[in-house]
Amino acid sequence: MSTEATAKATTLDRDHGLRLLREMLRIRRFEERAAEQYSLAKIRGFLHLYIGEEAVAVGVMQALTPNDAVVATYREHGHALARGLPASSLMAEMFGKASGCSRGRGGSMHFFDVSRRFYGGYAIVGGGLPIAVGLALADAMQGRRRVSACFFGEGAVAEGEFHESLNLAALWKLPVLFLCENNLYAMGTPIVQELAVTDIAARARSYGIPAHAVDGMDVLEVEAAARRAADEVRETGEPRFLELRTYRFRAHSMADPDLYRTKEEIERWKRRDPIVLFEERLRAAELISDGDLEELEAAVAAELDEAIAFADAAPIEPVEDLLKDVTTPRSP
Amino acid sequence: MSTVTLTYREASRAGIRHALATDERVFLMGEDVGAYGGAFAVSMSLLEEFGPERVRNTPLSESAFVGAGIGAALNGMRPIVEVMTINFSLLALDQIVNNAATLRYMSGGQLSVPLVVRMATGAGRQLAAQHAHSLEVWYAHIPGVRALAPATPEDARGMLLAALDDPDPVFIFEHATLYPLEGELEETPHAVDIDHAAVRRGGDDVTLVTYGGSLGKCLQAAETLAADGIDAEVIDLRTLRPLDTETILASLAKTHRLVIVDEGWKTGSLAAEVSAQIMERGFDLLDWPVRRVCTAEVPIPYAKHLEEAALPSTERIVHAVKEMAF
Ligand SMILES: Cc1ncc(C[n+]2csc(CCOP(=O)(O)OP(=O)(O)O)c2C)c(N)n1
Repeated sequence: MSTEATAKATTLDRDHGLRLLREMLRIRRFEERAAEQYSLAKIRGFLHLYIGEEAVAVGVMQALTPNDAVVATYREHGHALARGLPASSLMAEMFGKASGCSRGRGGSMHFFDVSRRFYGGYAIVGGGLPIAVGLALADAMQGRRRVSACFFGEGAVAEGEFHESLNLAALWKLPVLFLCENNLYAMGTPIVQELAVTDIAARARSYGIPAHAVDGMDVLEVEAAARRAADEVRETGEPRFLELRTYRFRAHSMADPDLYRTKEEIERWKRRDPIVLFEERLRAAELISDGDLEELEAAVAAELDEAIAFADAAPIEPVEDLLKDVTTPRSP
Repeated sequence: MSTVTLTYREASRAGIRHALATDERVFLMGEDVGAYGGAFAVSMSLLEEFGPERVRNTPLSESAFVGAGIGAALNGMRPIVEVMTINFSLLALDQIVNNAATLRYMSGGQLSVPLVVRMATGAGRQLAAQHAHSLEVWYAHIPGVRALAPATPEDARGMLLAALDDPDPVFIFEHATLYPLEGELEETPHAVDIDHAAVRRGGDDVTLVTYGGSLGKCLQAAETLAADGIDAEVIDLRTLRPLDTETILASLAKTHRLVIVDEGWKTGSLAAEVSAQIMERGFDLLDWPVRRVCTAEVPIPYAKHLEEAALPSTERIVHAVKEMAF
């Protein structure tokens, strides 16, 4: 743990601590419920859970304002929740309902909410990076001081679009905050079999982008690093890069039997569970009590009960609307 | 109405210049669109006129700059992205097929991508197999995009302006042999209709359907046929997606014979699509099986005589028509 983060923890106030804890817990419980709903066949298709990585989305999102933009991957439930998309609209989306955040056209991998500048989950590895560069280009050209935050996994670092996008953002000095969630595996392939140079921040620096590696299991450290980086993006109008070192506790997707890593390795990482770590820290600082936790859990459970009930009851898109929104309706 | 004479290249430039001058959201980006003036000299002098912010030279990163065009379009701009040639556009296909074409639908109608991408297509300049293919049909295959093929200077200018008014992604395929072609245009730039095909020559005996770089060949073939007493109607598709089948059906109601001329490879071509649509909707109108004149199924060869042999030609078009009984 960095001294800076520790220092911050001691001055951490109760409200903020509870807020971070609540947001991480919402994601954790949401994902557990999503897995249940998948087993009940209410959710189909690919389902990628964010369990273990909650501190990344929650920490980063503290640094963004409603004016900033977010681009994420297919593993984006956590980002969407932390950005403020209602759990009910996400659950309904995964249930394939018209009340879903993408009207049931996207599913788990493609959440969108333009009102919150959540520009979507992208399921082509690396495919979201050029989009974020373009969002930032428009901001730069129109003189707006906003950040375009772009999440992607370390698997994307091997893609051409990663390199093209970093180069372009650095070359044109565009306000992109690149956020690499390094969970050490791309599906079943460990990072050492993916990347000739595994120091990802160094690769970003090779494009002239200031970059830091951050403990992605420590929500305060993520928040602090993200605030610094986002502030710098806003001040300079230039890109910044964070490598967030994290781990997914669950398999790649519900279809993955998780045969490529050892139980010991997973258990070792679980000892660094971002939620447990943070809870312990808040208790040690005497900022929260057992009662607070029970309340949090109860509130989250109620929210998710409601989300599932909403998704269950939500209408489906009429089949007559199958072709709607392929293109924009033209006013005659 | 006062007119000006412009080449296809100048007309395309005039469209871009007009858009840059009248809409501050518009900018041009692509490889060497700046000081070089564009690989086909379309953007010559625009850098001096509009500056490097709005005439942006990109690095060789087709995927990133096409994707950045999508992102900028999502965020209030009206980008015109130039990709040097259709062969190079393959490096951006991920952004085009997976993002530009899907975002509106996948977001349940929340997003739209008002992006214009221009690129040169087609053979005839001895550039061999990595600079000269006609892959427009691949784009015409994709729901969510519009595909345009200007065959005249008026369309080169007006389609660009119409494309910028379209809220969805539009791809403009400029045939590389057309750039020096001259035409007379209305002096004031304006958007043209991009929903309909155009009858470029009226006729009663046979319908030649074509687009882009093959229009000239068809018009020439029609002249040759006229000398033999066969009156050919020539239809320029103009918009490759969505196809205007009505105009073809209306023509077939007169001529009852259809030859489709398409510089793409015959297998899975636009000609194949037009033919299938006529089978479905105009079978009863036909007095003769549909004929297609397409490019031979080879990577475009370098040697002049081989390249010529591979491409649709006036002779092959005339021959295809003459095989029909009248
Ligand atoms: C271009 C592309 N290739 C392959 C896939 C299949 N695929 C989906 S996720 C994934 C692993 C990506 O790993 P990473 O970027 O580290 O993200 P993580 O899943 O670990 O969050 C792969 C190979 C894909 N979706 N897109």
